[in-house]
Amino acid sequence: MKIHPFLIEMVQIAVLLFAAPLFAGWVKMVKCWSQGRTAPSLFQPVRDIRKLLSKDVVLAENASWIFRFTPYLVFGVTVLAGGIIPIISTDLPLAATADVIALVALFAIARFFTALAGMDIGTAFGGMGSSREMTIASLAEPAMLMAIFAVSLASKSTSLSQMVLVVSQGYSILQPSLAFALLAFILIALAETGRVPVDNPATHLELTMIHEAMVLEYSGRHLALIEWAKMMKLFLFVVLGISAFFPWGIAVNDDLAGILAAPAYLVMKLGLAAVGLVLIETGLAKMRIFRVTEFLGSAFLFATLGMLSFFILE
Amino acid sequence: MSRLKDIVVAALGKDVKPDDTLSPASVISLFIPREQFAEATKALKNEYALLAAEWATDETSFSRGFGIYACFRKEMEYLIVRTSAPVDDPTFPSLTKKFAAAFRFERQIQSLMGVTAIGNPDSRPWIKHEDWPADAWPLRKSFDASKPLPRVPGEYQWIRVKGEGIYEIPVGPVHAGIIEPGHFRFQAMGEDVINLEEKLGYVHKGIEKRFESLSWHEASRLAGRVSGDSTVAHSLAYCRAVEALTGSPVPDRAMWLRALFLERERIANHLGDLGAICNDVAFAFLLYQFSRLREIVLRANLKLFGHRLLMDRVVPGGVAANIDAAGIQAIHQELDWLAREFERLVLIYDENSSVEDRVRDTGVLKPEQARDLCVVGYVARASGLNLDCRIHQPFPPYDRISVNVPVLVSGDVHARAWVRVEEVRESMRIIREVLNTLPEGGIMNPLSDPGPDRAGFAAVEGWRGETLYWVQSGPKGEINRCMVRDPSSLNWLGLEQCIHGNIVPDFPVCNKSFNQSYSGHDL
Repeated sequence: MKIHPFLIEMVQIAVLLFAAPLFAGWVKMVKCWSQGRTAPSLFQPVRDIRKLLSKDVVLAENASWIFRFTPYLVFGVTVLAGGIIPIISTDLPLAATADVIALVALFAIARFFTALAGMDIGTAFGGMGSSREMTIASLAEPAMLMAIFAVSLASKSTSLSQMVLVVSQGYSILQPSLAFALLAFILIALAETGRVPVDNPATHLELTMIHEAMVLEYSGRHLALIEWAKMMKLFLFVVLGISAFFPWGIAVNDDLAGILAAPAYLVMKLGLAAVGLVLIETGLAKMRIFRVTEFLGSAFLFATLGMLSFFILE
Repeated sequence: MSRLKDIVVAALGKDVKPDDTLSPASVISLFIPREQFAEATKALKNEYALLAAEWATDETSFSRGFGIYACFRKEMEYLIVRTSAPVDDPTFPSLTKKFAAAFRFERQIQSLMGVTAIGNPDSRPWIKHEDWPADAWPLRKSFDASKPLPRVPGEYQWIRVKGEGIYEIPVGPVHAGIIEPGHFRFQAMGEDVINLEEKLGYVHKGIEKRFESLSWHEASRLAGRVSGDSTVAHSLAYCRAVEALTGSPVPDRAMWLRALFLERERIANHLGDLGAICNDVAFAFLLYQFSRLREIVLRANLKLFGHRLLMDRVVPGGVAANIDAAGIQAIHQELDWLAREFERLVLIYDENSSVEDRVRDTGVLKPEQARDLCVVGYVARASGLNLDCRIHQPFPPYDRISVNVPVLVSGDVHARAWVRVEEVRESMRIIREVLNTLPEGGIMNPLSDPGPDRAGFAAVEGWRGETLYWVQSGPKGEINRCMVRDPSSLNWLGLEQCIHGNIVPDFPVCNKSFNQSYSGHDL
């Protein structure tokens, strides 16, 4: 039985919207266990979003359209990114419209507007957060492109679907280029999604914040959308890593059996990825902010080594 | 024979009189004519004495105008220097030029008592905010505390840095965490902090004024609430000051139990702080584990002594909680377990290089700065100052227990954390020693009659540092003045200095390593 690719696309967006909060909840649960605490329910992030959606928006008097528009833009762009990353299937009609460079650009748009919104109100914290975020972005984005290019060398395409397809058809992770690219990707993903050791998503200390400082002034449904988009971004980066480096089990055609099996593989891999993430976050303190340059510099280096080793060894 | 006294006498000659009327047995007190107040200070500074406190009293009921007091400390002794100012000329020479730490004491005296330090370069109010009428001096006897004050417009003058790329970050007074209110104003360029200025006073409750309307016994409850986390230190310092004033003896067993309470408070708070420091560098694992240990200590307090924080367990004349053989056994067992768990967590703190990278060389308070600012407690001991009232003013039973005080010289966040680690270890040892030697007998003596116009002074090493109380009885034997000097009054100055050369995101962990009290400072 065949499934129409557009239906797969729809299913994938739905998975993104609802699995992202659950994944965030799962990460929190594992984190609590790793610290010897009782964990909140898996559905806690869902409840948080629902709570925020039902609250009023408190808007600063001098907020411009940028501030009000940004949450919708960030949310929309993140959903769009979910349309081109192969989550359960590589057979995505939207994937033909945008490749990995467009994906990086999509996240850059969201970041650009978030940084503007951070400065829009004029509070010291917002501007501070925007400045830090752009510093990190200027280092993370080139490294991200390099890491993805290292993978795309093997697949001879910058289309995500094509890349995943090639890797899933027997291109081994043991290839040095892929191993280097994976290492780089993990470092970048930690920085891009604002996790320890780069940023602390759970802190209340405004002076130490990066991403949170930019969105401190948001409330109500605006905050709900931003939080939701943040969970989706984390989900997408983890899925991107899984699809690009460990794609086994992903559906490669529109066969029903493959489509049905893919989510099961995905859940398993996400579960393990969360454990890996928590081990990193629990075992490390946050680094000094100026150390992030070294951190992302090494990510860039790994990505470059990946590319070089492709030409030399493969 | 007192060395500090000799210094002052040698410098000033015959103008110095022993201050017999006010001198309690616990401390040496001198009266100096007002003109020579600063000169005496200079002599003390030259001999490396440190300023411990400066305060004023309204002594109009004794027809003495205002009394101005400065307390100095050097090695094993304290010296209180008194002078007085007439009501129609409430001024005295400032000590700020010799002791930087005096500038806030003097601003506080000006704001609350209306006695001006001539020569203090900073005339802005302190603790009293600018929306108070400038001539409302709540500590004066003539001030009517029952009437609400009108609010007046006013603006606080911040120290500002100017130049291209400089920006200002206002933080607080209301913070995101569950902490007390206080305002921090950063002048920064990029991430580098150029200057930090504190503004406190948001939790000013009029505690010193309130003392004057309470009986001696009621006041010990108030002292226990000056700063909730150091309730034992404050109520103990108050009780010891009152006992010095009245000359009341305290039963042996009560003294040993007081030491037990004080050390248990130290352990509980240091455990909490160690976790909080780690949490501020996003190492949450240790926060939850240290908090767990703290909670277990507090629950044992509740079970054994009836209060988690041991509030109101120290009372004038003795203590209000006793311990039996089963309780002693329980604490021994708890300590065995606690020591094991504590060492495991300390090992994690010590071995994790990512934590080490954040806490080493962060927020350095250099030993010379620490000395200039006269800081106390673990802040002083992390910056090379060997200060501990349990050693330099050993009240019983510490005169019979040898206390080993850790002193580090690096003055960074790690040093302040590590002093706490060593103190927890030492406190566990002290508790065992207290329990093994706990004498039998009663736990409470009645307080003698205070009598008019007398004063009592006490210094107690609380977990945060040296806590000073000075109480004075009025004409009818009531409380005329109760001076409270929480260690925070001095240590907040250190925080402003240690942040120079650091980056903005490192401030929270520096602040947490100080962990000073807002309530104890604002009073």
